[in-house]
Amino acid sequence: METLTALFTFWHEQAGKLGEQTLQHIGLTAASLLLAVLLGVPLGLWLSRRPRWAPAVLGLAGVLQTVPSIALLGFLIPLLGIGPKPAIFALFLYSLLPIIRNTLAGIQGVPPAVVEAARGLGLTDGQLLRKVELPLALPVLMAGIRTATVINVGVATLAAYVAAGGLGEFIFGGIALNNPAMILAGALPAAGLALAFDALLGGVQKLSTRRLGQVGTALLVALPLLGALYLLPRATGKLLAGFSPEFVGRADGLPSLTKTYGLKHLPSVVLAPALVYEAARHADVDVIDGYSTDGRIRAYHLRVLRDDRRVFPPYYAVPVVRPALLREHPELAAVLAQLDGQISDSVMTDLNYRADYLHQDPKFIAEAFLKRRGLWRAPLPAQAGAPVVRLGSKIFAEQYILAEMYAALIRGNTDLAVQTKTGLGGTTICFEALRDGAIDMYPEYTGTGLLVLLQPTPAVVDSLAGRPAAVLNYVRREFRRRYQLEWLAPLGFNNTYALLMRQQQAQQLGIASVSELGQYLRR
Amino acid sequence: MPDPSPPVIRVSHLSKRFGAHAVVQDVSFELAAGETLVLLGPSGCGKTTLLKMLNRLIEPDGGTVEINGQNVLSQQPETLRRGIGYVIQQVGLLPHYTVAENVAVVPRLLGHAPAAIEDRTMALLTRLHLPPARYAGQYPHQLSGGQQQRVGLARALAADPPIVLLDEPFGALDPLTRASIRREFRELEELRRKTVVLVTHDVTEAFELADRILLLDAGKVQQLGTPRELLFQPNNSFVRSFFVGERLALQLRTLTLGDIFSGDEVRRLKANETEEARVADSNAPARFTAYTTVNEALEALTGGQAPTAATFTLAELMAAFGQALQREEDAWKR
Repeated sequence: METLTALFTFWHEQAGKLGEQTLQHIGLTAASLLLAVLLGVPLGLWLSRRPRWAPAVLGLAGVLQTVPSIALLGFLIPLLGIGPKPAIFALFLYSLLPIIRNTLAGIQGVPPAVVEAARGLGLTDGQLLRKVELPLALPVLMAGIRTATVINVGVATLAAYVAAGGLGEFIFGGIALNNPAMILAGALPAAGLALAFDALLGGVQKLSTRRLGQVGTALLVALPLLGALYLLPRATGKLLAGFSPEFVGRADGLPSLTKTYGLKHLPSVVLAPALVYEAARHADVDVIDGYSTDGRIRAYHLRVLRDDRRVFPPYYAVPVVRPALLREHPELAAVLAQLDGQISDSVMTDLNYRADYLHQDPKFIAEAFLKRRGLWRAPLPAQAGAPVVRLGSKIFAEQYILAEMYAALIRGNTDLAVQTKTGLGGTTICFEALRDGAIDMYPEYTGTGLLVLLQPTPAVVDSLAGRPAAVLNYVRREFRRRYQLEWLAPLGFNNTYALLMRQQQAQQLGIASVSELGQYLRR
Repeated sequence: MPDPSPPVIRVSHLSKRFGAHAVVQDVSFELAAGETLVLLGPSGCGKTTLLKMLNRLIEPDGGTVEINGQNVLSQQPETLRRGIGYVIQQVGLLPHYTVAENVAVVPRLLGHAPAAIEDRTMALLTRLHLPPARYAGQYPHQLSGGQQQRVGLARALAADPPIVLLDEPFGALDPLTRASIRREFRELEELRRKTVVLVTHDVTEAFELADRILLLDAGKVQQLGTPRELLFQPNNSFVRSFFVGERLALQLRTLTLGDIFSGDEVRRLKANETEEARVADSNAPARFTAYTTVNEALEALTGGQAPTAATFTLAELMAAFGQALQREEDAWKR
């Protein structure tokens, strides 16, 4: 019931967007269907004349059908980039099999006696096809088009992953935010479209064979028109943004950004988180959301726009430890403190770049960094029975590198043994492991501690107003009180949401901060 | 001296093989205008293949087919076919066309005037006992098998082609329908003037409809001749054994009173003939003529419908029939 109310509220608020996405969805479906009919029907007819080729062609189309849609889009992006092209092409490939197969089956289903009699009467091959075979095959052919349409309406939701729009934008946003109302807001219209198309084509199928010819012609006229719907409602602007679904949906993402900075005239597309960087790199879009220390920022020559009005919550990396560890081994405090404030955003970006793009070993990266900073010391000889410090990390490169740095520092400066438990999955797993004593410390981010682990009331969050020191103080105090866990000093970098642009373009336009971006757009 | 009426169809040394299997081997025959030739033989003897080579639905490997003196290979197959009526066992009516539209297919292909097509269609349907008011707008699936085949026949005749090919046209019908539609077929004025080639494996049908029969086995001609010749002067043991099951029935149907009687009796029958022509009621022969078959006379005498003028008894009829058989047998053995 709550979901239902939320759903109607959402639709009400996003009515414009809903209409636009529905039109895009119809457009994608119709355009791909048109291509599939234009290729599939002649191919099916050709196969009916050369049945020896049928197994090979149908087999190939069948294989295409079995490729998971996400994977297919993945294959197509390097070839066709992002946007409607790969989406329409993928949908086209999915529609081919039912259309080819049903065209062939329809022609083969014409009774041989009818064909023989028609030839015997003196119909030419062309007349036989037009007057006899096609009309008689049309019901089966239409059933194939109907199947393809329903498949397409469903698969077209995935178009949102490649910035092609459609109702998938709501669905994936909803999934990313775990917001059932938002998922339904996209899924229900998509299901409704599928049912409507199915009913429409089902009605067409019931018409007499004679009328079917006219309907087929009407379809060929209607499909390009529907396909053109896709092109209509696109707003244009000086810059085009590409955002991941989660960023578009969450309150501290795009909505608050738009409000605070007055980002008008910034048309945007939605696409898969993994693709936003690629899209910016290839200039498919100009502004993207990302994380401020992502290695791709360096790899793709992107610039982080300064969040000068502090819209994005601070996510400063801070080691969180069990207080018992420091009590038992007081010497560790100074060792761990060697990294305090040592790693800036750009340094961390560089380290991530080495891991993600140069594919260097996190341990090697960590030690190289320590050597550059003069913090490196060769490990002291291991002693039997020495106490073990267990270091945890989440399952991504930045955390691995940080864990390796701490491990090297502890080995080089103390007698303690070190065990790294890297790859502990997400936030909750690391946190629970720390509470249970399965690990002694791991690097956490202040924003995550606040919003994911502590989850205070919105009033509290507002009162902190995104000030880094205030947030750190709050999580430190609350962690002590609730969990008896200690936040040490920040490492220096802030791995938060960020708006990114290509360096070259940002420089040309003189944009270094989000405010400047807003000014440029308003100009 | 040139032949006064050149053959409408001339087939010379026609051969066809499917892979290693020789389906038709060196078949030749000529057909005069208005003649009905029945291609007869067991299943798989090549008769249908032979028929389809006449309108190029199958292309021969060797030999030639000439229609009205012109090699069929020198014509567009479609043009050729539009000038030849074609009827098949499964009928093959276009299921999405009405009866009238089915009949009109070939005239439309030929670009006849719509009014003329309409008139022709209605006339043909009427003649084939399918009143247009009721049937013209119906679709094939609404018709019985016999009605469908009548439409098929009308379709083949619609453009008034001089030649009609029929591939087992009555094969799919039940015996009763088959007999009645065959009678209509025989009596159809339209067909009498046409050169007809008909394929069947039904011996009775062949004898009933044929001017001449081409008996085939394993793709080879076993005998080409009138029904009488095949029955009484078989070329070989295959021909003889092919008719063995229905020999007596065929003999009764083939021999006429003129064949079995002689002298005064024949004169009397000939006299009846002239009167017969005046009466012109073909259904119940009021009098025996020289062309009345023994079978018909037998039916009349035993059925109690003997013409009052009958001058012979059942016993005399059968005796004369027996003697005639003996004469034929003797003549063949010599």
